[in-house]
Amino acid sequence: MLNLEYMWELLPVLLSYLPLTLEMATIAMLFALVLACLLAVIRVSRVPLLNGFSLLFISFFRGTPLLVQLFLFYYGLPQLVEALVSINGVTAAVLGLTLHFSAYMAESIRAAIVGIDRSQTEAALSIGMTQSQLMRRIILPQATRVATPTLMNYFIDMIKATSLAFTLGVTELMGATQKEASSSFLYLEAFLLVAIIYWVVVELLSWGQRRLEVYLNRAYQR
Amino acid sequence: MISLEAVTKRFGKQNVFADIDLQLERGEIIVIIGPSGTGKSTLLRCINFLERPESGRITVGDLRVDAQHGTREDILKLRRRTAFVFQNYGLFANKTALQNISEGMIVVDKMPKEKAHARAREILKRIGLADKSDAYPAALSGGQQQRIGIGRAMAANAEVILFDEPTSSLDPQWVEEVLNLMKQLAAEQQTMIIVTHEMQFARDVADRVVFMDEGQIIEQAPPEELFTAPKDPRTQRFLRKILAPTGQTVP
Repeated sequence: MLNLEYMWELLPVLLSYLPLTLEMATIAMLFALVLACLLAVIRVSRVPLLNGFSLLFISFFRGTPLLVQLFLFYYGLPQLVEALVSINGVTAAVLGLTLHFSAYMAESIRAAIVGIDRSQTEAALSIGMTQSQLMRRIILPQATRVATPTLMNYFIDMIKATSLAFTLGVTELMGATQKEASSSFLYLEAFLLVAIIYWVVVELLSWGQRRLEVYLNRAYQR
Repeated sequence: MISLEAVTKRFGKQNVFADIDLQLERGEIIVIIGPSGTGKSTLLRCINFLERPESGRITVGDLRVDAQHGTREDILKLRRRTAFVFQNYGLFANKTALQNISEGMIVVDKMPKEKAHARAREILKRIGLADKSDAYPAALSGGQQQRIGIGRAMAANAEVILFDEPTSSLDPQWVEEVLNLMKQLAAEQQTMIIVTHEMQFARDVADRVVFMDEGQIIEQAPPEELFTAPKDPRTQRFLRKILAPTGQTVP
């Protein structure tokens, strides 16, 4: 029923596109983390003006579909900005993923920051620390631990969301599968195989996540 | 050497206290007592600018900070000279006992890490927790955590340590070890201002007891005088209420 031989032959072909998928997800995740931390700190410290901007930013990127955002960046924006005409699919995808996921991540980082009890903030200030020392040395390290499970969830989501880049003409894992399937007509085999590849990658990550959480929890063992 | 002049604090339109004056000498130990909600803790927090007073001046050594005009730098300097011990310890949960004590020396005083750790180890020895240097707060008892809180205050090398009800959230079995550590500091002539409900401790340790009620300093005197012959009726009423159940001498 299933053409297993075809699947076996297809495996190395598809795997050769996995690095691009992981690369897009990793780069977008790193940018999104930095942006999300900035947005969260702005929201928590209620920086005038920037706070309003953060709210609008988060509202827009959470309130519209990722696919719409990707099309906006790739097909829409070049109409407005000449320089973007040459934007390639990978760049547009990374940009879209970064902005979209940073909006979600900002909210979970903000919640983690707010959740750290106020007495530690007061203690840090009482020994003469500045606001930024307090953030860097006391609050953010602890917020990291609280936010890690959710952030890892977003990373997993992001890996899967890179498959949308194929709608921008990027031949990543999903795009490659689509091409192979339409020339062999073995759609079930091809898409089943790509599903398994995504699944295994996500499982490996979840294993890594559990290890990371044990490490981050070391300070909280009784 | 440490003085508060006309310190006023408001929350909204409500005066917590107005025009408070208080002076103390190096090595002096002051205990502030009084009913809950009379501004004792707020006064203590104003000395460290955890609460910013609306007006008044706070002087510690040669540093004088005006509530209205004090700059950010003034306030940071003042905070380094006035260490604080909190009711709920306020230990940094992501740092070990040693790091909790050395953090201020490294980050604020810019001391090299090795030197700060060596000093922190000395302090751990003095507070009797040398064997807990690598333990995180979550693994320590309330009493141990509060002793680390005091150790962190000692590390600041501050001119005065401010204690805000340091034993109030402790289980009874841990109160003794914290009070003993404070007595040890008292014996070393550490300048301290202590807000507490531990009257016996106040009697044993204080050079001067200050009674506060409704945002005012009603009366201040050496403990034997204030506890046995309080002058103001409000002090008498308060002491009668608080000492009667413990079977201590009721004035």
